[in-house]
Amino acid sequence: MIPISYFIVLSFILFFLGIVAFFVKKDLLTQFMAVEIMLNAANLAFIAFAKSANALDGQVIVFFVITVAGAEAAIGLAIILLIFRHRKTIKTEDINLMKG
Amino acid sequence: MTDFFWLIPFFPLVSAILFVIFGRRFPKKYVSFQACFAVLASFMLAAISFFSLLNAGPSHSLLEKNLFSWIDAGSFKVNLSFQFDSLTAVMVLVVSLVAFLIHVYSIGYMSEDKSYTRYFTYLNLFVFSMLVLVMASNLVLMFVGWEGVGLCSYLLIGFWFEKHSAANAGKKAFIVNRIGDAGFLIGLLFIFVHVGSTEFSAINEAVLGGVLTPALATLIGILLFIGATGKSAQLPLYIWLPDAMEGPTPVSALIHAATMVTAGVYMVARMNLLYSMSLTASNIIAVVGGLTALFAATMALTQNDIKRILAYSTISQLGYMFIGCGVGAYAAGIFHLYTHAFFKSLLFLAAGSVIHALSGELNVQKMGGLRKYLPRTYYPFLIGAIAIAGIPFFSGFFSKDAILTHAFAQGQYIVWAMGILGAVMTAFYMFRLIFLTFHGKERLEPDVKKHIHESPPIMTIPLAILAFFSIIAGYIGLPAVVGKKYNWFGHFLDPVILSSHEAHISMGTEWFLILISVAVSIAGIFIAYIFYIRKTQIPSTLVKKFPFIYKLLYNKYYVDEAYNAVFVNPMIRGSEIIYDDFDLKIIDGAVNGSAKTAAWSGKLLSRFQTGFLKDYALIFLLGAILVIGFLLF
Repeated sequence: MIPISYFIVLSFILFFLGIVAFFVKKDLLTQFMAVEIMLNAANLAFIAFAKSANALDGQVIVFFVITVAGAEAAIGLAIILLIFRHRKTIKTEDINLMKG
Repeated sequence: MTDFFWLIPFFPLVSAILFVIFGRRFPKKYVSFQACFAVLASFMLAAISFFSLLNAGPSHSLLEKNLFSWIDAGSFKVNLSFQFDSLTAVMVLVVSLVAFLIHVYSIGYMSEDKSYTRYFTYLNLFVFSMLVLVMASNLVLMFVGWEGVGLCSYLLIGFWFEKHSAANAGKKAFIVNRIGDAGFLIGLLFIFVHVGSTEFSAINEAVLGGVLTPALATLIGILLFIGATGKSAQLPLYIWLPDAMEGPTPVSALIHAATMVTAGVYMVARMNLLYSMSLTASNIIAVVGGLTALFAATMALTQNDIKRILAYSTISQLGYMFIGCGVGAYAAGIFHLYTHAFFKSLLFLAAGSVIHALSGELNVQKMGGLRKYLPRTYYPFLIGAIAIAGIPFFSGFFSKDAILTHAFAQGQYIVWAMGILGAVMTAFYMFRLIFLTFHGKERLEPDVKKHIHESPPIMTIPLAILAFFSIIAGYIGLPAVVGKKYNWFGHFLDPVILSSHEAHISMGTEWFLILISVAVSIAGIFIAYIFYIRKTQIPSTLVKKFPFIYKLLYNKYYVDEAYNAVFVNPMIRGSEIIYDDFDLKIIDGAVNGSAKTAAWSGKLLSRFQTGFLKDYALIFLLGAILVIGFLLF
């Protein structure tokens, strides 16, 4: 039996990698993948805690999160596609329409 | 039936309300019918109430009806209550009868107008307001009617509001009346403070009980009279009435000749006990009336606009009514009001008929010789002119003579002289008008002449009826030389005119006075005949000889110009200064300043909105760390 701390540490590492990737990478698609990694890091933590606490709640939540993440990924990709079509770029430093 | 006398004003009101709601859907014929019928119903009920009052005898000289308590605020109590006594009866009968005839006449006169229903709505509303004014049993309700007629007057002067001059004339009438109304309102408040009530009966009791000191009575009397000078177009507030002629002619006849402008006279007569306490206030009224009678008559001498001549004549005649009230002959003043209502509305309607026939021509210099084209207009006009000129056996003679005799008897010789001088001029300018319009050479524009036509019967029949009244109306108030008991009119008013103090002059003097006033009337007509029929070159030679006087009269003493220079222009300039310095700089500055502060702080805060995704994400991350850190430690 693998102790729970391993899972938590893995989850932390994944999450941290996600954050770093988000800030380092310049194109929207990679950043989007970084966000997905963070999301799955959180999923991993949920399952690990659920297993150790012997409760099903955490696992049920993960199902929900995966479902929502699937939908969100579809919409996110569609948005990225549209931005690309519109502006011929997905570099985030070129996209600053919301500047006050 | 007499229990329902208070319904008299409500027929026209209901009619006006129906017009407002359903007016667009009513066919023209029905509009005419309903408008006239509502006023006729008021007249019928007024006549019934009048006869029951007459039969009830002196012990029941007053009908009263308290509908409900209208204002009840602390000690300030006002009832919505109506009364019907002999003075009210005279006013209500005159108002509703003349109004009915003018409604009928308007059917013909306004038939081509596109705002036909709007016209009759205003006219009905006016009749309602006027009836409220004369039937109110307290000053506050009277003030409501007073303002109501002012509003209707404004609406009807500016009836053709597309015309710039008409809209301006309406505004002028409204604003000038406001000045008078301010005086009226202050007087009303003084009465309330010192009497504790605004009911006429309470005011009379207070006067009889000595609650009001003479000084106070003078003050209140003058304040109320300021209101009357506004509404009844006396010096110095008469300037709105000539301009009011911009309205449709039947309106000039009804509102600006026969009824509304007499409201001031009615009010003074209603408050006769108060005025009898103050010789000063009475003298002011008599002198203002005399001056107005004289000056307005001189202004009428040289005018060329047919309606303006009649307007100045109205101002002048109102002056006579105030002379009557000022010398304590309230019954004579009201008597003149009553006869004047007939012959002046007759003159206006006949003038309207002339204007109608000449497709809107107003200038008497471009008329002449119309007698053969418009016989059914000419004879009523002539009767009206004879009546107003004061030729014996016509109504105007009896009433004007009664006023002047009383003025003389009271020792007001100067006022009497002003009245006599005014009478010469009245006869002169009226017959100048007749001769220029109906006699002499034709000076018509050719294209006007082509369309000349006599007015339809719906217009000439009211003229005939009014002409009939202009002849006979005077016979209910015969002068004292015939016998005191024949002054039925005066005796009928006795229960209301509580203050009459008959001054006695000998029969010989009275005959002499009558002779003088007849002589001056005939002299005036004779001069007009010489000037405008016999030797038509005389007026132009006179103009050449005395250009200064002619110019002064023709420009109405430059009163409008003087008012513009002294009051209107400084007001406008002052407003401009305040607009520039206060409105634009301080008020607008405060508003714009707060907006600018908001915009500036917004701009400052918007620096955080860089538009870069990573900046937002960073702030988000820091925020999350902060929250977690806060929760953990």
